[in-house]
Amino acid sequence: MLLTLTDVEVAYGAVIALRGISLEVGEGEIVTLLGANGAGKTTTLRTVSGLLRPRSGEILLDGRPLSEIPAHDLVARGVSHVPEGRRVFPSMSVRENLLMGAYRDRRHTREDLERVYGLFPRLQERIGQAGGTLSGGEQQMLAIGRALMSRPRLVLLDEPSMGLAPMVVQTIFEVIAEINRDGVAVLLVEQNAASALRIAGRGYVLENGRVVLADSAAGLLADDRVRQAYLGEDVAAVGDPAR
Amino acid sequence: MGFLDQFWQLTIDGLMVGSLYAVIALGYTLVYGVLQLINFAHSEVFMLGSFGGLFVARALLPGDGSVPGGLESVGLVAIGLGAGAICGGLAALTLERVAYRPLRRRSAPRLAYLISAIGASLFAVNLAGKEFGRQNVDLPDLFHNGTVFKLFGADVSTQSLVIFAVAIAMLVGLDRLVAGTRLGQGIRAVAQDADTAVLMGVDVERIIIVTFIVGGLLAGAGGFLYAMTFNASYSMGFVPGVKAFTAAVLGGIGNVRGAMLGGLLLGLVESYGGYLFQASYKDVIAFLVLVAILMIRPSGLLGERLGRAA
Repeated sequence: MLLTLTDVEVAYGAVIALRGISLEVGEGEIVTLLGANGAGKTTTLRTVSGLLRPRSGEILLDGRPLSEIPAHDLVARGVSHVPEGRRVFPSMSVRENLLMGAYRDRRHTREDLERVYGLFPRLQERIGQAGGTLSGGEQQMLAIGRALMSRPRLVLLDEPSMGLAPMVVQTIFEVIAEINRDGVAVLLVEQNAASALRIAGRGYVLENGRVVLADSAAGLLADDRVRQAYLGEDVAAVGDPAR
Repeated sequence: MGFLDQFWQLTIDGLMVGSLYAVIALGYTLVYGVLQLINFAHSEVFMLGSFGGLFVARALLPGDGSVPGGLESVGLVAIGLGAGAICGGLAALTLERVAYRPLRRRSAPRLAYLISAIGASLFAVNLAGKEFGRQNVDLPDLFHNGTVFKLFGADVSTQSLVIFAVAIAMLVGLDRLVAGTRLGQGIRAVAQDADTAVLMGVDVERIIIVTFIVGGLLAGAGGFLYAMTFNASYSMGFVPGVKAFTAAVLGGIGNVRGAMLGGLLLGLVESYGGYLFQASYKDVIAFLVLVAILMIRPSGLLGERLGRAA
């Protein structure tokens, strides 16, 4: 297994965010994490990339405990994180942002830049423009492109569709599927459950820091609770659907 | 003589002092960029570098009081600069290790850093006062200080030329470092978004340490240039330190080119103002300009983050 979480608990000070999460991502899979705001999805990704340390439980990457690896070395081990809110470097140009993705290994920079421009021709048009001045969709493309520059085996994607126009969302999801066809595993956090389940093989549903459902994407799509809470079918039955 | 007759001489003097402010200001702005922290003990890094360079250069001077010339002078200045830079770098490294890192490990509030900085500053000043005496320490001439050439009727002395040339070389070098190297890439990434920099594989701790060292190298070398012009003393850091900090804020704290511009401007304003009014009004004028500019542009002249500067 590429990534395994076992009973992972994470707290921010006295506030417990994850109450014992277990999940796995295999080589080449797309796995999605669904759940309402505050369910612990982003916390899970930030813990996997070492920005947060669990107070108990175990995370294995290629069977090796993640706690032994400093956060800044994870990218060299094949994990790339596209953070919530895209987080492009605002004062760096598009090209400089992409080069940051290759900070640890510059051997394939030229080739990889070409590949990213191939996936997102829009970025090539904006090559010299500062990251902070791009539109939301362009920033998302840049954040994903930047993550690909390190030739990852596992990409953690946090809400790639947030705040984007439907056309752009479609492009982003097509690219995610394409990246995955090259054998890259994806752990995808999404509010847009319908789109996520369309490309994912499996998924987990989080509530209050716990996994409450784990199934194949088809299984989740057929589940009444998922249909009510995350696919917006029969909204009346749900107190607080995803934003 | 009127202001216009003196204009070029005042400009040359102002640029000389201003380039020193700029070199010191970079240390404030670089550290602010990566840590959002004003390193108020930076003025003592400047002071310690100054003494380091001064003692090494003095030890190498011929004991007979004669003024060296030619290659010997060049070598002495270069060694003094190097020694000043190394002492400054070591002082900054120690400062980071002792005064700031323990606080960072504990996620201390901002105020704790400020108090720690003031404490470190007092410690360094008093240690220097005890070790090196509380009088000014002079550095004998390392070269014959004559007029090299005239610029619009104003004298350009060897000394101002050396200081200006060395300072500009350091400013350009730093600018290249930040804009065009992998280290600079890391510094800019940490300055713009430290968490995301980690995701890119940047070792933030290492970048912080290197940033302190680079700021210390510059301030130390700047300290030697200062000692070459004036002298060194245990309390010498405070005024140039505050001026350099002012220059950094004037240019836009966190912005590398802003610090350079701010330093040069501040030097010029002081020089002109000191002539137009009275030499003792120099500092008053410098700070009035700061207040005025900040009222119009609170973020400073080139006010934004470190990244764009490069």
